[in-house]
Amino acid sequence: MWEYTDKVREHFINPKNVGEIADASCVGEVGSLACGDALKLYLKVDENDRIVDAKFQTFGCASAIASSSALTEMIKGKTVDEAMDVSNQDIAEFLGGLPKEKMHCSVMGKEALEAAVANLRGLPMAPHEEGEIVCECFGVTDTTIRKAIAENNLKTVEEITDFTKAGGGCGKCLDKLADLLAESKGVLKPLQPVAPARPAGLTNLQRMKLISKIIDEEISPSLQKDGGNIELVDVDGKTVLVQLRGACSSCKSSQLTLKQFVEKRLRDAVDPDLVVEEVR
Amino acid sequence: MPVIYMDNNATTKVDPAVLEEMLPYFSEQYGNPSSMHMFGGMVGRKISEARERVAASFGCQPGEIIFNACGTEGDNTAIRSALASQPDKRHIITTRVEHPAVLNLVKHLERKGYEATYLGVDEQGRLDLDELRDAIRHDTALISVMFANNETGVIFPIKEIAEIAKERGVLMHTDAVQVLGKVPFDLKDIPVDFLAVSGHKVHAPKGVGAMFVRKGVQFRPFMMGGHQEHGRRAGTENTTGIIGLGKACELAMGNVAHENTVVRALRDKLEKKLIEAVPDTRINGVVDSRLPNTTSLAFQFVEGESILLMLDAFGVCASSGSACTSGSLEPSHVLRAMGVPFTYAHGSIRFSLSRFNTEADVDLVVAELPKIIHRLREISPFKRTEGEAPACTC
Ligand code: FES
Repeated sequence: MWEYTDKVREHFINPKNVGEIADASCVGEVGSLACGDALKLYLKVDENDRIVDAKFQTFGCASAIASSSALTEMIKGKTVDEAMDVSNQDIAEFLGGLPKEKMHCSVMGKEALEAAVANLRGLPMAPHEEGEIVCECFGVTDTTIRKAIAENNLKTVEEITDFTKAGGGCGKCLDKLADLLAESKGVLKPLQPVAPARPAGLTNLQRMKLISKIIDEEISPSLQKDGGNIELVDVDGKTVLVQLRGACSSCKSSQLTLKQFVEKRLRDAVDPDLVVEEVR
Repeated sequence: MPVIYMDNNATTKVDPAVLEEMLPYFSEQYGNPSSMHMFGGMVGRKISEARERVAASFGCQPGEIIFNACGTEGDNTAIRSALASQPDKRHIITTRVEHPAVLNLVKHLERKGYEATYLGVDEQGRLDLDELRDAIRHDTALISVMFANNETGVIFPIKEIAEIAKERGVLMHTDAVQVLGKVPFDLKDIPVDFLAVSGHKVHAPKGVGAMFVRKGVQFRPFMMGGHQEHGRRAGTENTTGIIGLGKACELAMGNVAHENTVVRALRDKLEKKLIEAVPDTRINGVVDSRLPNTTSLAFQFVEGESILLMLDAFGVCASSGSACTSGSLEPSHVLRAMGVPFTYAHGSIRFSLSRFNTEADVDLVVAELPKIIHRLREISPFKRTEGEAPACTC
């Protein structure tokens, strides 16, 4: 049997905040029955982005239940941004430590929080669902593994298993885990906790093509509906040069259209630093 | 708080009568049985007596018994000996549900160039003897099939399997660690070549075991050194352990009837009451061919470790599968081989009773466990409300 701290036992025997929130602002769900661990986290967030209530339902071992209980206690009263600063190590520390083989329970807590916040922000998926499945037994992706390596400074394949469960079943993925570990050596940069809404690391050519595509397929057709149009002239670094045509060229609020619509859409989809300028 | 011990397939309490028999050999009679003097000779005679007692409980000759350290050593010795004595044969047949003492060795041997066939089991944990017959090849060196499964208690038809092996001229080994004292067997009727048992599963201490090697079967020792055990297992004897095992085997023989009446009735009551009290509960393994002391119960939508830890608060000791696999992240290999759905497999608990359990033990578990399952299901996101179809049948 595992050596659990009194705090783990306490949160397991008398877990805090068990249940559902009927009118939750968001729900984060991770794990599955097949994996032997699953957590459903409900958050109620007020207009100031403050978490006023948090509840959970967990299927899993004592550490999974205790980690869920600890997480809800830790994030209640925090703003969403403050809550996102809670790491899986914080959850483990709050409990006075977890057996290393059970660290994946604290990671599951953190992932459920990320999934709930992604849900709150209207993002399509939690970061752990991105990437390629590396461990088929437990459905763990390369993104999750890279993140666990970086955030917990993992040094061995066994540690990856302790933190993510990957490799804890048939063992088929152990070589791939070793590859990810090798790749991470020297580049232990923590990943963004929430999935980026836009593609990162585009080359100049890719950026230009994407801008052109969005203008042609989205922005231009919508301006055409009002009798106007737009044409891409050039992309100079972060500056997008365009020419307005038709009704738009003589419109008094053309600057508003450029900033509020064209620039905003391109910033969201391509790069937050883009500036759109009109060439006359 | 009194301990309610229901994990006897993992290990057992040393019977007070066994301990009593052993005690003088720790202090007054501490001679080395290999010594030429009388002081050692007295211990040697006691070991011979133990050998006779073990042989009597197996239905074999004392010369066919080799004392060793444990069931794992017996299994390893038998399998390696069978392969070493037939160097031209490269194929082994075993099952998917063996103890790791066999399974991990066979996997290791595969890496060394041997070929293995792992026989599957059906959803009730039973073997298909036709599959066994089909698996035998001209180069099959050994069939190794456990007598009874440690997790589910399912008993395999070892006599029939050994007869098939004999007909086809293949050596046969059985891991009989779980059956001694629970299922009567007589090696005069069962033509196995090797059989292994472990002391600590039959109320003898840990660190002692015995294996049977049928007379005339070629034997290759696993450990070499001195002439102990007629050169078949070197190393100074664990004299107190062997003496304890001898007494434990004698007691086990006398206990088989009690095990199949009183202990079986306790097990059946526990099983029946829990199934009645807890919806979505089932038994893992074929009901009518199991060890009388064992039940593996699966509670849907809850996880085994959580159940065990809550039971622990009442002093109840059970197991969520094989003790040897408790560090694993996956449900036990036995339950997976049986195709037990994940919804049940993760929530499987094994209770294994002994002659030291009482009606009051069973009553306490029956009173507390349904509440525990209810509580955990309240926490679980997969719980279902009465009358609804199960949320997941994967
Ligand atoms: S694929 Fe990763 S353990 Fe099986």
